[in-house]
Amino acid sequence: MLQRYLIALAGNPNTGKSTVFNKLTGLKQHTGNWPGKTVVLAQGSYTYQGHTYEIYDLPGTYSLSASSPEEEVARDFICSGQPQVTVVVVDATCLERNLHLVLQITQLTTSVIVCLNLMDEAKRQNMVLDVHQLEEELGVPVIPTTATTSEGLQALQDAIARVTHGALRPQPRSLQLDQEHLASSFYTHAERIADQVVANSQQGCDFSARLDKVVTSRHLSIPLMLGLLASILWITIVGANYPSDLLAHLFFQLEDLLTTLFIKLGSPAWLHGALIFGMFRGLAWVVSVMLPPMAIFFPLFTLLEDFGYLPRLAFNLDGLCQKAGAHGKQSLTMAMGFGCNAAGIIAARIIDSPRERLLAILTNNFVPCNGRFPMLIVMGTIMASSVVGAQMGGCVAALVVLVALVFSVLATLMISKLLTSTVLRGELSYFILELPPYRRPQIGTVLVRSFLDRALSVLWRAVIVAAPCGLLTWILANITFHDITLLGHLSNWLQPLGQAMGLDGVVLLGFILGLPANEIVIPIIFMGYLSQGSLMEVQGLAAIQDVLVANGWTWLTALNFMIFTIFHWPCGTTLLTIKKETGSLKWTLLSILLPTAFGITICVVLTKIVDILYVGCS
Amino acid sequence: MTLADLLPGESGIIQEVDTEPLLQQRLLDLGLLPGTHIQARFRGRRGDPVAYMVRGTVLALRLSTAKDVIVHPLGRSL
Repeated sequence: MLQRYLIALAGNPNTGKSTVFNKLTGLKQHTGNWPGKTVVLAQGSYTYQGHTYEIYDLPGTYSLSASSPEEEVARDFICSGQPQVTVVVVDATCLERNLHLVLQITQLTTSVIVCLNLMDEAKRQNMVLDVHQLEEELGVPVIPTTATTSEGLQALQDAIARVTHGALRPQPRSLQLDQEHLASSFYTHAERIADQVVANSQQGCDFSARLDKVVTSRHLSIPLMLGLLASILWITIVGANYPSDLLAHLFFQLEDLLTTLFIKLGSPAWLHGALIFGMFRGLAWVVSVMLPPMAIFFPLFTLLEDFGYLPRLAFNLDGLCQKAGAHGKQSLTMAMGFGCNAAGIIAARIIDSPRERLLAILTNNFVPCNGRFPMLIVMGTIMASSVVGAQMGGCVAALVVLVALVFSVLATLMISKLLTSTVLRGELSYFILELPPYRRPQIGTVLVRSFLDRALSVLWRAVIVAAPCGLLTWILANITFHDITLLGHLSNWLQPLGQAMGLDGVVLLGFILGLPANEIVIPIIFMGYLSQGSLMEVQGLAAIQDVLVANGWTWLTALNFMIFTIFHWPCGTTLLTIKKETGSLKWTLLSILLPTAFGITICVVLTKIVDILYVGCS
Repeated sequence: MTLADLLPGESGIIQEVDTEPLLQQRLLDLGLLPGTHIQARFRGRRGDPVAYMVRGTVLALRLSTAKDVIVHPLGRSL
């Protein structure tokens, strides 16, 4: 059997550790929970000279003093004796701070390699580093790298191999440490070594400093944030049209082909109906209408993250977070929630205080995830194009969705405030935020990786969720009881509540049946509306608009739909995640109740007000 | 004076960090030790949080935390 070697990858946050990890492992990676621990570790493997190396990407930490869950995981893993080699990724431009961690690690294990990363940045800042001197001082191999261009990674793999097989034996220098003041004696050593190794060190990055002045300034910070978000939305809306039409067209042709096949094989009508009108169209809908906006928005958002904008977002929103009694990192988990609420809820693990972490979990669903974006975009586009025509539609739609997003963020803060002044009262815990230098995003890698990631996961969900739900909906719409279909019975039963909310029973039923995944809500609603009891063929937004108007939709219906899209129960995956993360049924139920009650209240009140105004006018 | 009193552009030398144990450990890990040079960089929209440059990294602290760090002021430097 081939032996697998275990390698731990440690380092401060923002040292390019993930880039090293990605470059080494390529696409051979997955995330997994380290047993019994609360922090997710990415894991991957590569083969070098016939041996397979299994790499664990430890959470980025400044220290191993175990004062946070991340540090505990990193420390335990390194100490467990399992990794043959621990590679510490170090930011060459910020050696002193990084050496603090290196020195701590060399006290725990001897088998250490230092990967001196971001050498290109160091050169740009005219810094000169004496690598041999550093090796001498530390007693372990030091490999200079620029991970973004893969420079030095071959040498790193070679060093890992040699240390693993005993051809190279690191012998870390022993340190005089003052056990009373550990942190300060580590830093004293780090300062001394950095002084000897680095020439021409500057304090920080000029470009970042200048950009930060603008990005965080009193008057520009908020407009800039909104502008960025609006541009992303606009690109998403305009960009999604073309692939959407193309996919719809393809599915339409495929459906014809399949139908012909079914007829040739002489299959019964119910089978054809269930498989084609139920399953196939459910899948086709999700892939052609929902996938393109998701596959465009997500990579753009990831690009912004890669550039280093998110910490600035947290910086700018911290004032509001403090007022709401929330932890500063809640802006980060909220931002993650825009991608996927389940991911945002898992990300809440970065918040140490249990109370503030629970707050971040309970409120995460108040921001719409990537799966709900297309719903907002479809409605926003329909509303916009019916008011200003298709040409300006893209801009107006982006604006409509932007307003919806801002509202969702404000609602998150409001509900946080409500919770922290009632059931989640307590002391505000401390918050320290690092603002790393901006880095040129690795556009190609980020786009490809996040696009693939998104496209694949949506496709997978389409297969496992949308197809069965399409089938279920088809069955409900085709079995009649007392001359009315089951779907009809259910939506009639929901009609009173739906009407009070300015919607109708079919829409509510769509949301309920859409519990497994928000992507299928709109398709189900259409199936409910169309008398033939099958999902309509995918024909683009104009057809959608016709169906809606024929079923009595007005601008108010569309608005209420958008509101309820943002504020209703979390999807199935998110609920399971909340249950797992909180370990409590009570909090999971509250996470359903909060947004649902909020959404219903707003819709009912809004509808009532508009009713009164209309009566007053006429 | 404390870190919270430094205006953007002003520097100081940390003299003492006196706060709750967990936060204290965190600040030490980040290198905010007695004798360390620190500079205020920029403030949030409403004056809170404040970003500081320390040991080559920009860190943002809430004012409530910055008040617990005693510094010896060195005046403006850039």
